[in-house]
Amino acid sequence: MTTPRPADTAATAAAPTDWPLWEVFVRSRRGLSHTHAGSLHAPDAEMALRNARDLYTRRSEGVSIWVVPSAQVTASSPDEKDSFFEPAGDKPYRHPTFYEIPDGVHHL
Amino acid sequence: MNITATPALTLGDDALILSHRLGEWAGHAPVLEEEVALANIALDLLGQARVLLSLAGDEDELTYLREERQFRNLQLVEQPNGDFAHTIARQLYFSTYQELLFDHLAPTESELAPLAGKAVKEVAYHRDHAHQWTLRLGDGTDESHTRMQRALDSLWQFTGELFEPVEGLETVPWSALHDDWTTRINATLEQATLTVPEGPRHGAWRAGAGRQGLHTESFGRLLAEMQHLHRSHPGATW
Repeated sequence: MTTPRPADTAATAAAPTDWPLWEVFVRSRRGLSHTHAGSLHAPDAEMALRNARDLYTRRSEGVSIWVVPSAQVTASSPDEKDSFFEPAGDKPYRHPTFYEIPDGVHHL
Repeated sequence: MNITATPALTLGDDALILSHRLGEWAGHAPVLEEEVALANIALDLLGQARVLLSLAGDEDELTYLREERQFRNLQLVEQPNGDFAHTIARQLYFSTYQELLFDHLAPTESELAPLAGKAVKEVAYHRDHAHQWTLRLGDGTDESHTRMQRALDSLWQFTGELFEPVEGLETVPWSALHDDWTTRINATLEQATLTVPEGPRHGAWRAGAGRQGLHTESFGRLLAEMQHLHRSHPGATW
């Protein structure tokens, strides 16, 4: 291994915190939705897209990528978990379990 | 070892040596995302090198057992990584060249055509990666602009060799590729608010030196690192 020069060391120390975080969504193939794959740092949207290509599709995982600034994501709060999600728990009539799914239907 | 400088060996050496240089960034890149990007590019190049060197002979023997004078790579690709701007400048100069060359070779009858057709898509991405970074460093801060310009200037002397006709590839229109290369590089540098370097482009000694087995000072150390394990433990496996 080469010895890092002072310039490299300075870059290592300074850079990571400067770059905003991006959420990455990858569509694995046509017909499916984009699903969340992870997050990464990048200086801007174009570079975020390229970093996402290198980090999340290097094993042919995708045909399309979205990147979204993490700061733009509004998330539900863990404190509101009970009021948000628990009421749905005892309403089995909302689940489509009353009919047979025909053979050959995927992704339903 | 007797070496015949076939086109496959020559272009394979470019890919092998640049791959090794980029691999040196592992553990040292400015950020994790960029480390993965550089490693991906290095692996693409290593894949190209394996195909090309296998066309020329035994890939392991050619990689690990040749002496410095038997390598035919461009002096440009053996230049040390330097700071990040130097690595990007080297990538910009080389990827633009390699994309033009492979794009030309892909539809020909050459034995290199199948590899060129497949690799040109990889290389287009390498060139885009270098282009994007050149724009950001050139048109970024005063510090990044200064470093990017310094890197472009210091590697400029090694770009003359890119368009010296390669033995066995005489049918490649080298001067037309050179014109296209100049147009593309000028466009990128202009967009990045950088100045196209001036001055001689004759390599360390003269144009064509790397292609004739003459290499620059740091190449010996690169080979020592790349070859020492195989040479110290012949036939070692794990």
